[in-house]
Amino acid sequence: MAQLLLLHLLAAALAPWLAKSLRTKAFPLLALVPATAFVWLLVVATEVRDGNLPTQQIPWVPGLELDLDFRLTTLSWVVALLVTGVGALVLLYCTWYFHDDDPTLWRFTSVFTAFAGAMLGLVLTDNFLMLYVFWELTTVLSYLLIGHNPGSSTNRRAAMQALLVTTFGGLAMLVGIIAIGVHHTYSISGLLADPPPLDAVTVAAVVLLLVGALSKSALVPFHFWLPGAMAAPTPVSAYLHAAAMVKAGIYLVALLAPIFSGAPAWHALTLGLGLLTMVVGGWRALRQHDIKLLLAYGTVSQLGFIVAIAGLGTKTAALAALALVLAHGLFKSTLFLVVGVVDHATGTRDLRRLSGLGRRMLPVSVPAAFAGLSMAGVIPMAGFVSKESALESLWEEAQEAAPFPSVYGYVALAAVVVGSALTVAYTCRFLWGAFATKPGVPPTPITVPHPGFVLSSLLLGVGCLALGLLAPLESPWLMPYAVTLPTGSTPEPLALWHGVTVPLLLSVVSLGVGVALFVQREAFARAQSRVPALVDGERGFARTLRAVDRGAVETTAVTQRGSLPIYLASILLVFVALPGMAAVTQGRLPEVRLWDNPAQAVVGALMIAAAVLVLVTRRRLTAVMLVGATGYGVAMLFVLHGAPDLAITQMLVETVSLVVFVLALRRMPTKFTRHPHSPSRTWRLGLGAAVGAAVGVIALVASGGRTTTPVSVDFPTEAYTFGHGKNIVNVTLVDIRAWDTLGEVSVLVAAATGIASLIFVRTRNTRLSRATAKALPSSNAARGTWLLGGRTMRKEKRSVIFEVVTRLVFHIMLATSLYLLFAGHNQPGGGFAGGLVAGLALVVRYLAGGRYELDEAAPFDAGLLVGLGLLVAVGSALAPLAFGGTILETTAVDVTLWPWGEVHLVTSIFFDIGVYLIVVGMMLDIVRSLGTGIDRQIAEEQQSEQESEREDEPDELQREVARP
Amino acid sequence: MTALARAGFESTLTPNLTLVLVVVGLVAVGTALALDRSLVRVLLGMVLIGNGVAVLYLVVSGRAGRAPFVGEDPATMSDPLPQAMVLTAIVISLATIGFLLALSYRLWQISGTDDVPDDAEDARIQRLARDDETSETYDRSEESTTTSDERAEAGESRG
Repeated sequence: MAQLLLLHLLAAALAPWLAKSLRTKAFPLLALVPATAFVWLLVVATEVRDGNLPTQQIPWVPGLELDLDFRLTTLSWVVALLVTGVGALVLLYCTWYFHDDDPTLWRFTSVFTAFAGAMLGLVLTDNFLMLYVFWELTTVLSYLLIGHNPGSSTNRRAAMQALLVTTFGGLAMLVGIIAIGVHHTYSISGLLADPPPLDAVTVAAVVLLLVGALSKSALVPFHFWLPGAMAAPTPVSAYLHAAAMVKAGIYLVALLAPIFSGAPAWHALTLGLGLLTMVVGGWRALRQHDIKLLLAYGTVSQLGFIVAIAGLGTKTAALAALALVLAHGLFKSTLFLVVGVVDHATGTRDLRRLSGLGRRMLPVSVPAAFAGLSMAGVIPMAGFVSKESALESLWEEAQEAAPFPSVYGYVALAAVVVGSALTVAYTCRFLWGAFATKPGVPPTPITVPHPGFVLSSLLLGVGCLALGLLAPLESPWLMPYAVTLPTGSTPEPLALWHGVTVPLLLSVVSLGVGVALFVQREAFARAQSRVPALVDGERGFARTLRAVDRGAVETTAVTQRGSLPIYLASILLVFVALPGMAAVTQGRLPEVRLWDNPAQAVVGALMIAAAVLVLVTRRRLTAVMLVGATGYGVAMLFVLHGAPDLAITQMLVETVSLVVFVLALRRMPTKFTRHPHSPSRTWRLGLGAAVGAAVGVIALVASGGRTTTPVSVDFPTEAYTFGHGKNIVNVTLVDIRAWDTLGEVSVLVAAATGIASLIFVRTRNTRLSRATAKALPSSNAARGTWLLGGRTMRKEKRSVIFEVVTRLVFHIMLATSLYLLFAGHNQPGGGFAGGLVAGLALVVRYLAGGRYELDEAAPFDAGLLVGLGLLVAVGSALAPLAFGGTILETTAVDVTLWPWGEVHLVTSIFFDIGVYLIVVGMMLDIVRSLGTGIDRQIAEEQQSEQESEREDEPDELQREVARP
Repeated sequence: MTALARAGFESTLTPNLTLVLVVVGLVAVGTALALDRSLVRVLLGMVLIGNGVAVLYLVVSGRAGRAPFVGEDPATMSDPLPQAMVLTAIVISLATIGFLLALSYRLWQISGTDDVPDDAEDARIQRLARDDETSETYDRSEESTTTSDERAEAGESRG
């Protein structure tokens, strides 16, 4: 069975290419796929009848009980026959329905075939979770099929409506499935074998499952989506909305009936809503002028009827339900296909404009007549047999008062008679409307359809008759399902003639009333128009959508104020109110010590003083300097704590950030915008104090709450044994917690990219312009210059001493950075510190010699460096896998390298090299963006200003250099 | 090197009050700045909070000690794990500074100030809510998807 589904999937995947090369000829080829499944179903038919059910089990996610279990029961066999048989015929029909030049063929063929596969999976699966998966697959695919023509707003809204309604039902169903699965099992056969007790949870779950079934089968109050879905191409309506998808709900009801039909509310939902739907659908069908919509409402009515019978819960009703499913699938798909042919032949579906088709389109009108008679339940059609047995099951219920009091049985019988009468009336309306010669209407001009076009409807129409005539042979194949129901005795086999019985009399009554209603159609239509529409699901749907939208607007307006300070304040308030207050009220303050070292108090006091001054100052640079002071204070505290690596890194970062601040702020106003006497200042300070206090209390309570020894007690041993290094902090970074480091350097990569894109906006390609390329024609200027880039700077910006010092220290800094990188494993340093020093060296070059000097020093793209670094880091993380190790494992190798002799090489150095490259790249990106990038923008602005005065010198550089 | 003892990190902590006070001071001032409208002050606030949190890690790493190198006496060593965490945080704070500065610069370039304005889109939604309106993507078409029934009695065929 999985193979059949795979075949559908393959066909769906190949369909776009088939459709591109073969155009509509692809349809017969694709029809072979469901046809194959149909043939297989016929082959295994006897096994299913005799109870040797074909099964197949493929574990998928055993932990979730989500497995590809398939099982062909009689019920799934019947529905599968319909799904595959009608599917193949409809695909064949599509060959002539679509034109070769239809640009959407590639999509339609694929989606339609995939839908056939999903539908087949739905009826074959034995796992409730898989059933849900297939269920929602059909929903999504039908959304695509209904919205086949997305250019039309009606199509789009109809597709969305169908999607929302059926997905809503599907989600309700999922909750029900999980409720049952968690408490019992997800296996359908398991539930059948051992029905769970009807406790409160199970009953609620059953109701939710029924909501799913009813929404899928378009029962009141969900019925409105089905007529809307008629916006789809007619083959889609014939398949999805007659034979296949809408039967999924019925399939579910029939599947659950043997297990749960005793649940409270079961009969109210199935029988009650089903019969209400039958009457409402029939009533509305009589109001339609579009023959396709007429059929759609007729389908709603019939679906209600079948759900009612399938939900009845007796053996007789179960047999009748299967017969109804088959009969309805045959006659309704015939009629839809006929509508498609008529539509193509005449260009209209309006029964007020169609006239005189019956005799001129015999290949169509004959199958339509067969199907119509079957729909109306006229002997000897399949529809008659099934309706007869349905009436019989209700009559039996009323007689035996099981499973519910007989009064409801009589009410149900009456409702079915009314519904059947309406069915007869709208059948007459359909046949008359489509084919009759109407007085006063000129015969509709037609184009004669291709013989292949009418073939499918002809076959299906003949099927309606054949299934009726062969009724007695049908029963043994359906009976295995019927006997699984708990109530009633083994039913009489289906037959055309049971003698003169009550059901027969009721049938005759409904036929008579129906014909009378049709004859008196004008009077009845006037009566109908006086009855207000009581059941209007569509309006309710629209109101619900509007309410949801309004609710969303109101909620957004309340919660999204659009103000950054307000968002931040709400987060902080929650922080103070919940963890902060919890720490204050519940926490136990530990003993404290004043300090480790009195110097901490001195440094701390200076830091707090600097921080408070930041609040007061209005000058940007002063504020930056004061914040920098607290940063250097932190570095001092690191030294006092015994953390030399942190101290080095903090010093370097603090220095670099001061430079970066100055670079970025140089164009902004020197002072912050003044907001005098702003009332917000008070609450900002108050909230700040509250947050600070909360953090303080939490820090005390949390550190006092330590009860066990830290994990790091073994780090010294581990660092040396597994990490082969003596600097425990560095080994922690590149080995023990290297996954963390990998994540963090990725953050650096993202930030570097972000900075560059904010300044350069459009492209990161920064047009490297090296100073040598910009050299003056007279090379004397180069002589006696310490930095090449210096020549490109304005005279007043140059500092010879700075250039000399830069020339001297640049390479020393680079050497230091490499030393830090390689020594870091055993001594203070490492990739981060090394990278920062190298970056700082580049910053110095930039500051001394300008942007051309920077490109001279680093003649490559920063993004390249960052990417290379990430590649090296990830590569070295993965490399141990190749040698049978684990990711990020560290190995020490001793190699002999001339001229150094024995070298102790630790593999994690490569990871650290990656980190180093990323940090250098990030620094280069920062300087290129906030330094060079802003330089260039300044230069461009000046250029455009001066260009208005001096137009003859376009190159801004030349102008700068030309100055002596 | 053979006899590597377990390090002597305390299983109960007596927090360092001085450091806790430094944390409180830095975080309080940082928070007040972060609530400002000026993006540069927000950034400075974030840096201060970041510095405060770095000190907080010192508080929870226990007593001060010798630098954590193999070969030092494990009994008097400082805890290396929080240090490794803070080290990457320090470098990331540099990346954050660079990013927020680039953002402030861009904001200044576009609007002439680095003050963060209120979101115009949110203001529009508040206007919609005040006027009892639906959102603009809402399909307000009242037309039935079935041009069919009673309401469309006078309508013509869908063709």
